[in-house]
Amino acid sequence: MQQADRRDFLKLAGMAGVTFTAGLFPGRQAAAQAADFHFVQFSDTHWGYSGPANPDAEHTLEKAVATVNGLPKPPDFIVFTGDLTHTTDDGKERRARMKRFREIVGALSVKDVRFMPGEHDASLDKGEAFKEFFGATHYTFDHKGVHFIALDNVSDPAAKLGDEQLAWLAADLKQRKTDDRIVVFTHRPLFDLKPDWDWTTADGAKAIELLMPYTNVVVFYGHIHQENHHMTGHIAHHAAKSLIFPLPAPGSQPKRTPLPYDAAMPGLGTRDVNVADKVSFVELPVTKA
Amino acid sequence: MRRRVMVALLVGSALGGAACLAAETPVEIRISAKKFEYHPNKVTAKLGQPVVFVLTSEDRIHGFKMPDFGLRTDIVPGQETRVTLTPDKAGSFTFFCDVFCGDGHEDMEGTLVVEA
Repeated sequence: MQQADRRDFLKLAGMAGVTFTAGLFPGRQAAAQAADFHFVQFSDTHWGYSGPANPDAEHTLEKAVATVNGLPKPPDFIVFTGDLTHTTDDGKERRARMKRFREIVGALSVKDVRFMPGEHDASLDKGEAFKEFFGATHYTFDHKGVHFIALDNVSDPAAKLGDEQLAWLAADLKQRKTDDRIVVFTHRPLFDLKPDWDWTTADGAKAIELLMPYTNVVVFYGHIHQENHHMTGHIAHHAAKSLIFPLPAPGSQPKRTPLPYDAAMPGLGTRDVNVADKVSFVELPVTKA
Repeated sequence: MRRRVMVALLVGSALGGAACLAAETPVEIRISAKKFEYHPNKVTAKLGQPVVFVLTSEDRIHGFKMPDFGLRTDIVPGQETRVTLTPDKAGSFTFFCDVFCGDGHEDMEGTLVVEA
């Protein structure tokens, strides 16, 4: 994205936030006819959480919905990259949380909304309740010339994609040209971000290996409750903030306990992603100032 | 005189064999898992001395992962899971559950202290 385009995007997003543009779709040649669009990523809303890490937990998601509804230019679609709900052993309560979550996000003015599970949604029942409410746990779709792949690395409680899903991914990728624009969504990082904090996917390296021949791939994920930007070769991986509580930077403290609550919620938010020949994004606050 | 030397050699050989046997026999470290804790959650080993973790679960499948030594296994209820390790570095190393087990899973961890 050129500087002028980036300023336009910030203006459209109505934000003066920090943008990230480097290294995305690096192999893509400029194409005048490429359609420009944007989508919003929500992650780790943990509906049903109650605790000191976020005394505002009952309202934070509603505030973020209102903020996204107030964007000057509505996004083409919205994606939730997992942990829609906070886990519970009680299947009935899990479904009640998913029902209430769906009601809250039903207030989004954009109606093209894609959902993915996190381990809090799906690991205790292998995605059974999630599928009842939100459909498949892994899928693809195409939008304005970009191929999107949603991977499920949480329905297996051991944090695996599994051989079956990897074969499905390989078959899907075989249909792509090597310079196609591909955006991958996952909940957990596909790479070993911090294995001793369980910030990894057991067989994520196999997915990265399958993606590696493709020159224009970018991955958006959640799980770690903070921004993080990492490259595996030419593939960029971007973690999103959560909407419940921020977690510490990898290895910055002995344990991965939530950061203390801050009423200004600087560590929470959503992300507005602009897609053209390159990708750029802006971090959106929970509540627009 | 010759007889004394012979006895001394035999005793020395026997002691050496015992020492060798002790070095090769892993020390058992028994750890029980349940939501959301290990018991005990702090265990010790000695540098270079083999240990075998004998792992059991009281409720459901848990994981046991220690990335610093490349160890991981499932702990399945109703059976003992044995994992051997000869620590090649000293320090404190975390082990944790990597099979999501509920609200508190993220806190299910313990420490192996390897003494030099």
